[in-house]
Amino acid sequence: MASLKDVRLKIAGVTKTRQITKAMYMVASAKLRGAQQRIDRFRPYADKFYDMLGNLGGKAVDAAHPLLEVRQGAGDTGIVLCTSDRGLCGGFNANITAAAMKFAAEKSAAGNKVAFYCLGRKGRDAARSLGYEIPLGLIGHMNSPGYDLASETGVRVIDDFLSGVLDEVHLFYGEFISLARQKPAEIRLLPIAADDAPDEKTTVDYIYEPAVAELLNELLPRYIKVQIYRALLDTSAGENAARMQAMDNATRNCDEMIRGLTLLMNKTRQAAITNELIDIVGGVEALKG
Amino acid sequence: MAALRLDIVTPDCVVLSKDVEYVGAPGLLGEFGVLPGHIPFISALSVGVLHYKREGKSHYVFVSGGFAEVSEDTVTVLAESAEQAHQIDFSRAEEARKRAQARLDAKNEDHDFKRASFALARSVSRLSLRGRD
Repeated sequence: MASLKDVRLKIAGVTKTRQITKAMYMVASAKLRGAQQRIDRFRPYADKFYDMLGNLGGKAVDAAHPLLEVRQGAGDTGIVLCTSDRGLCGGFNANITAAAMKFAAEKSAAGNKVAFYCLGRKGRDAARSLGYEIPLGLIGHMNSPGYDLASETGVRVIDDFLSGVLDEVHLFYGEFISLARQKPAEIRLLPIAADDAPDEKTTVDYIYEPAVAELLNELLPRYIKVQIYRALLDTSAGENAARMQAMDNATRNCDEMIRGLTLLMNKTRQAAITNELIDIVGGVEALKG
Repeated sequence: MAALRLDIVTPDCVVLSKDVEYVGAPGLLGEFGVLPGHIPFISALSVGVLHYKREGKSHYVFVSGGFAEVSEDTVTVLAESAEQAHQIDFSRAEEARKRAQARLDAKNEDHDFKRASFALARSVSRLSLRGRD
């Protein structure tokens, strides 16, 4: 049986752990607020952007754009993988990478090359340990993902797609549904599905300058970036929500452990007192005898 | 006089949202002006300076390319970055200009010529707003 001193030490240890998990919970919730603010600030841009794309979308069908081209046969794949930089957020990263790796395994089993474009350390580490090619690994920016990050990634995958290195590009990220729910999500970035553009009936007849085809030239690459940025923001919010949850659980487990250990400590102390009493009583009895 | 609504949004924030009298924007095919009652219009923008008139005074905004949509007396500008003249960090722009110029002068094959000339265009138009409002 553990001595009284051991139990006391253990309680002190668990209490310290609880302090840390509690602090991490609060940090994560502050960061989540920041991430949600960024999402809110991005929304006007995204909404307007989809509006404009919807306006053009109806007219774009006949204009064949290289970014819309579906290549037959070949299937060399690029995977843009958004994860967090740090762990301690439950199964958040594991779920995203598992989904991406499953997809990658299927692709390479079919004889296609797979390349990873990683945003966030956890995803890159996973891709590296499995020996995939990593043309792009942006690490250490997930704390405050900026639009330039999405821009850089977007330019890279578009270049590789147009030069024929990749035949399709998929994006894996953590979708932020609510505080309690985040799930891995996948979208195909390239080639852009023609029906991806929200189909709204155009009521206004716009004048386009330059012509629709050239306008698409400007619009479609930005569409890729907008999608990547949205995924980044979602991942960042999801990471912090997941960490909040994980840390909340950890704090509660600590509480439970402390309760159990305190009980044990009281029992041990009582046992020691009882033992001492027995000694004394026994001694007195012996003297009498 | 009927007013125009000018909204400038970037991925990071809404830069500007005001009622104005006139908007002049750097279109890809040349500068264009918008007055109230303009027909619906979508244009791509190049890197440059947008200006608008409000209460008779001209104001200037740097935009790094993007799109402008005009409909129902609302001008919406979607830019990857946009700064009002008084928000611009000129010393940073000056540094960026020197860096881009050095890259272009070096004529190094490794450097991305297109990117450097874009960077140069951005910093030069930022710098052109020095002292403006």
